[in-house]
Amino acid sequence: MPGPFNPTIAMITLRAVISRRRALLFAITPLILIALTIVLKASRPPSAPWPGRILGDFGFSVLLPLTALIIGTGVLGAEIEDGSVIHLLATPVRRSSVITTKFVVALALTIVFTAVPELIAGLIATGGLTRLAVGLFAGALAGSVIYTAVFVMASVLTTRAIAVGLLYVLIWEGVLANFVGGARVLSVGHYSLGVANAIAPNPDLNAGLTLATSLFMGAIVTVAALALAVRRLSAFAIKGESA
Amino acid sequence: MTAIELRNVSRWYGNVVAVNDVTMTIGPGVTGLLGPNGAGKSTILHMIAGFLQPSRGELVVGSRPSWQNPAIYRRLGLVPERDSVYAFLTGEQFVLATAKLHELADPGAAALRAIAMTDMADAAGRRVATYSKGMRQRIKVAAALVHDPEIILLDEPFNGMDPRQRIHMMELLGKLGAEGRVILFSSHVLEEVERLSGTIQVMVAGRLAASGDFRAIRRLMTSRPHVFLIRSSDDRRLAAALIGRPEVAAVELGPAGLQVRTSDFGAFCAQIAVLARDSGIRLRELLPTDESLESVFGYLIAN
Repeated sequence: MPGPFNPTIAMITLRAVISRRRALLFAITPLILIALTIVLKASRPPSAPWPGRILGDFGFSVLLPLTALIIGTGVLGAEIEDGSVIHLLATPVRRSSVITTKFVVALALTIVFTAVPELIAGLIATGGLTRLAVGLFAGALAGSVIYTAVFVMASVLTTRAIAVGLLYVLIWEGVLANFVGGARVLSVGHYSLGVANAIAPNPDLNAGLTLATSLFMGAIVTVAALALAVRRLSAFAIKGESA
Repeated sequence: MTAIELRNVSRWYGNVVAVNDVTMTIGPGVTGLLGPNGAGKSTILHMIAGFLQPSRGELVVGSRPSWQNPAIYRRLGLVPERDSVYAFLTGEQFVLATAKLHELADPGAAALRAIAMTDMADAAGRRVATYSKGMRQRIKVAAALVHDPEIILLDEPFNGMDPRQRIHMMELLGKLGAEGRVILFSSHVLEEVERLSGTIQVMVAGRLAASGDFRAIRRLMTSRPHVFLIRSSDDRRLAAALIGRPEVAAVELGPAGLQVRTSDFGAFCAQIAVLARDSGIRLRELLPTDESLESVFGYLIAN
């Protein structure tokens, strides 16, 4: 009995991601983050509170969601868009296996392009393996998991996953969650900040949720998103019928 | 054995009915699903393949519904119309990956066999992105064949193929059908079927218009009404002679020649040369003007 992770699907997915020019796009934002950190480190006194702001704010509200969005919606969404997913689905491979594999590949890529740069930037900014660096890394890891699950789900649910994802990140998380406290409960960015803040308490992180709430809600959102994605993929119908 | 069975199957999109109350059974051998574009052929193939849910009616593949039943893909291979293959893989990698997705015992051997069957061995090492339309079609067939399925569905397999590739594909389908497999392909080109299948199902505007042996349909087609454009040494005299024939319904004399409407394609074709010779008129040009599929299929549905 094959496990839920399918190496063949993983191989096709990785090669598809690499063959697309978009792959270069998500290498840019982490480079900006690290470059920014180096510049700030060189020009600011070490006591100033900027690492929390830049790495927490820019890192968690721009770098993390946008990179996860591009990767998460691309691993399966691109195939659905161009129709090649039919070759994958016209086999008896389990739909849960397809979603699990796509999720794992997207998660690995998102970690490489968000959590790892976040850790590197944290090490540079705080001058070593400080609590803040570890906290930011842990927060970014948690955020990678949840965002990836949500965006993979979005790509199965709608062909406009990128637009929907952008609206969620910019409007819900960027505006509403900052002004309406209740909106934070459904903000993946705030789950990430909650985790980071629990390890490295820092007012600059603007964390609005406790660790327990962040982990609990994060787990529920991840599992629900993946379950819904499997359900919808099992009922995949060919669209664009000319008849 | 009845492999595929549709009972009163309908499928609509909002207010648009794509397939209207279709009942058909498809067994071993090659079957052509014919009809003009938009007749509902693809909708039927997608429903059989489990990629569309029938809005109403019952559809079974080997006695089980295909919708939300990935187990059918162990017995069924699908060649989709869209040319979207993983273009970044080589042909061999693509077929091999499909074999692995089917969890075959020896995916490598299965891939080689399928590639050989479709005559793609020479090009299998190249990336699919470099393939011609006909080669892409063949590599898709190879992928659909890799698990040795009893049922193979092909959506417009001849689209965009040159005549040589077409003949090659027809031979392959004929061979697969002769092995006792169920081969169902869709097409909007009648000539493709003439060379191929014993059985055809004709769809017009979402309905099953005709079904059965190809030769019977062919007979119907030869006695269909038709319009010809004729140029001769004496158009006016030929017009007078033609209007005396029972199979000629109308004649119009114009600057480009004679436009003749006949009620019986076959009889007219058999008579026109004799008539011209008897009248001492030389025929310069005889041109069928109404070869549109819609008119042919439209006639079939009316009969």
